[in-house]
Amino acid sequence: MRLSYPTNIKVVKVPCTGRVDVLTILKAFEAGVDGVYVAGCLEGECHFLKGNLRARKRVNYVKQLLQEVGIEPERVEMYNLSSAQGQRFAQIAEEMTEKIRTLGPSPIKKRTDAFKA
Amino acid sequence: MIVGNRKPLEEILQLVKPYKKILLLGCRECITVCAAGGEREVGVLASELKLSRAKDGGEIEVKEHTLERQCDYEYVDQIKPFVDDYEVVVSMACGAGIQYVAEKYPHKIVLPAINTTFLGVTLEQGLWAERCQGCGECILHLTGGVCPVARCAKSLFNGPCGGSADGKCEVNKDTDCAWQLIINRLKELGQLENYEQIIPAKDWSTARDGGPRTRVREDLRLT
Repeated sequence: MRLSYPTNIKVVKVPCTGRVDVLTILKAFEAGVDGVYVAGCLEGECHFLKGNLRARKRVNYVKQLLQEVGIEPERVEMYNLSSAQGQRFAQIAEEMTEKIRTLGPSPIKKRTDAFKA
Repeated sequence: MIVGNRKPLEEILQLVKPYKKILLLGCRECITVCAAGGEREVGVLASELKLSRAKDGGEIEVKEHTLERQCDYEYVDQIKPFVDDYEVVVSMACGAGIQYVAEKYPHKIVLPAINTTFLGVTLEQGLWAERCQGCGECILHLTGGVCPVARCAKSLFNGPCGGSADGKCEVNKDTDCAWQLIINRLKELGQLENYEQIIPAKDWSTARDGGPRTRVREDLRLT
């Protein structure tokens, strides 16, 4: 397909979105990222049955936490797509990038050296 | 177990406003099991504090540390080597743990991050319910294993009252009437004769009404 998606997106691989913990996402914001989205398998098609459903719940919890902190909850989202949907992957990457661009940079100004590297 | 709830972030932020170096102290006992103040919750609160401070352009250093228990001196003593490196301790234990840390480090300001709520059980993952009020004199053998002190809104000893309808309590339609539960259970156990017994007025001096309580086992004491 040779599809391209925005270069600002950094992919963090996990064996299943069920592995994604609330802290995994919060740490990314601490490091200064502008947004995070979790791309899980289609609902009902998790190889581990409920991994993606749990991830969605956690993403919603992180939204609440961000709201408490005063960061726009829209900076974190959950998407569901299958590994055969390359086109959808690129489309989501565009969509999320656009959304974050509209929101502007993260209010967490201090960026760690680790992130700069 | 003792069940608690983390205070809202806004309240905690207000408490820690004057401080830049915080020791955030979790507890691995009950408060870990009810997912309010264990290692993970310490991590989440630390992250929230750092994000909030960074957002407002301020600085904060949060040391995350979780003790086996905050209600036993052996464990509370473990923070002695580094507690003075921090301006303030924010405890994520139940009220007992928070007080014990404050008691052991009298020169230190100890702030609560947890609202301690009740003695209860895990009904399912993520759902806890009250079961005991520690009244000091158990009568569960008379009431089919259902406690009227903790589970009846009025703590009635001879119920139900007129507020019981369709097995629910008038205080909240989602709350079971404890006396309905007691009668159902006694019926099931073939112990309805217990229900016929009038339970005399309780001597509440064994409960909180008698003032703060202590328990002693002389054979175990070292002094």
